[in-house]
Amino acid sequence: MTHTRKRNLISKNLSLFITLGLFVLLFASVMVIGPMRSNRFKYLPVFFNLLNDNAYLLIASVGIMFVLITGNIDISVASTLAFSAVFSAFLLRLLWPAWLVIPVVLAIGFSFGALMGFLIEKFKLQSFIVTLAGLFFLRGMCSVVSKESIPIENGFYSKVAQAKITFGSIHSYGKVNIYLYGFVAIAVVLIALYILRYSKFGRCVYAIGGSEQSARLMGLPVRKVKILVYAISGFCASLGGVLFSFYTLAGYGLQNLGLELDAISSAVIGGTMLSGGVGSVVGTAFGVMIQGTIQTIVTLLNLNAWWTKVTVAALLCIFVILQRLIAIRNDK
Amino acid sequence: MKSIVRKLTKTQIFWPLVIFLGILALNGLISGGSFFRLQIVDGHLYGRIIDIFRNGSKLMLLALGMTMVLATGGTDISVGSVMAISGAVACTIIEGSLFPFANGSVVFAIAAAIFAGVLCGSWNGFLVSRIQMQPIVATMILLVAGRGIAQLICKGRIVTINSPPFYFINGGYILGLPFPVYIVVALSLLVLLVVRKTAFGLYVESVGCNGEASRYSGINSARIKFFIYILCGTLAAVAGLIESAGIKGADANNAGLMIELDAILAVAIGGSSLSGGRFSLLSSLVGALIIQSITTSILSLGIAPEVNLVVKAVVVIAICLAQSPVFQQSISAFRAKIKKQEVVA
Repeated sequence: MTHTRKRNLISKNLSLFITLGLFVLLFASVMVIGPMRSNRFKYLPVFFNLLNDNAYLLIASVGIMFVLITGNIDISVASTLAFSAVFSAFLLRLLWPAWLVIPVVLAIGFSFGALMGFLIEKFKLQSFIVTLAGLFFLRGMCSVVSKESIPIENGFYSKVAQAKITFGSIHSYGKVNIYLYGFVAIAVVLIALYILRYSKFGRCVYAIGGSEQSARLMGLPVRKVKILVYAISGFCASLGGVLFSFYTLAGYGLQNLGLELDAISSAVIGGTMLSGGVGSVVGTAFGVMIQGTIQTIVTLLNLNAWWTKVTVAALLCIFVILQRLIAIRNDK
Repeated sequence: MKSIVRKLTKTQIFWPLVIFLGILALNGLISGGSFFRLQIVDGHLYGRIIDIFRNGSKLMLLALGMTMVLATGGTDISVGSVMAISGAVACTIIEGSLFPFANGSVVFAIAAAIFAGVLCGSWNGFLVSRIQMQPIVATMILLVAGRGIAQLICKGRIVTINSPPFYFINGGYILGLPFPVYIVVALSLLVLLVVRKTAFGLYVESVGCNGEASRYSGINSARIKFFIYILCGTLAAVAGLIESAGIKGADANNAGLMIELDAILAVAIGGSSLSGGRFSLLSSLVGALIIQSITTSILSLGIAPEVNLVVKAVVVIAICLAQSPVFQQSISAFRAKIKKQEVVA
């Protein structure tokens, strides 16, 4: 009994260990390549820029992880993110105040996700068709709102975009900036961690992923949770969009094409099972960091930016195959 | 007589065909008849209708493959990227930057591009049937990475080529009809022959209805799925060839961009279930023509083409809802309620 429990513990965390190891390995190679490529290369800023530059992806990935844990899929996150950025830029250009724009955009993301969840859950439509339609719908809405990139000149936005805390000195390990949106991402990670670990809702998410049938028979509110999970994913994507508009101070309809792959692979690299029931926020955060590191390496080596996507896709494949192998081993 | 009409309206292809003819008629009315005008210039037929068939050829090919994939209960959203890869491979070979030993041979380029499609399809098939990934995730990998691969083949450029024999794939005419029409007819006949004159189609439907049950009854579900994804990738590669012959080059960023939804929509409009099982290839072909004619009329009416995506997304959901048994039940329950109220009143 204790033997099997120990084995379970190892195999449950095996993919997390692999993720951690991969991150350390990749970051080590950044530390090797970096000084060769640039003599102003400093380790600490590079590490913390992983957080700054990927804050929006981190939030979107955490959101999509909720859906993945229930064993479903949402591929509309990239469009939701882009639409939120474009729409908030559009509203700001109409001189709406920032305190009104942000809640409105977040509410749209939340309700659009909830609507998709409702269609899937109530009418038993397939999740890939509904979220694919959602993807195209919002991408189309982006170009309906504006075909050109809209710059954001709102005072609040530029202030938030600049807000940061700085520590370290230029001489030793480098000066570190952590921007406000980095902290927002950390906050989202902590909240998600709490919800998934300790709330009734979070445990229900895992239960549905483990076996929807059993969850239903246990009397858990399956329908409500599944709709809410899509709403969370939509909300996180639009929050990511808001952060992205802080980050770039512009909204453009063709932004972040293919981000859904990044978000899903972050979650999967972080140990989330596509078949549902397994997944951790910490792992997902490391999944995002791994992608950021790959991006850094590609930039350092001055390669075609598409190498990032190709590498990430390859990693996703490797991890899914790995998960299959682990699952097969556990079955034995 | 009545029973014949009833039989006709019961066939899956009836309503798509009616809608298609209706859209054509509407266009004809709005344009005052000029929509139907056919001209013969140098022995070639020209006209709006011919354009719909020529431009719709890509979508018809994709719809063929997508029908089969959806029938197995899967999906393939990588077709647009496979088109980009096939175009990139063909154009770089003709240009001479890829495989210089081929000396820009058009035949070699076409063969290589189609082979690339077979490879992409077998990759998707491998992930879905062997690794048992969800089809949407498995093909999403190629959707995103495929465009990257096409970019890397083109080395980030838009490749333009000068090769009249290659242009023929899109712009050529045989006996007055555009060449892509012949490609579509030939490939459709081939697929139809394989699907309906052998047991293969039955196997596909059975895998789509219940994969586990078909496995127990001795059908190799995994192998069937594998072949279907190869078929879909190959057809997408041919569509990519038509596309790149049309723009006389390869544009890795834009070739076949967002065409995946069109292909799925074509199948949905054709009336085949998106959750697997029974399918009709001919209805999907008509579905593709409907979409192409809508696109053409939106362009000719001067409505912004961006609205297209939004409208198509809504139509897909509407069709899915109409197919959903739960939705049908709640509608009929709603109707019954209204009737009851009327009776009471």
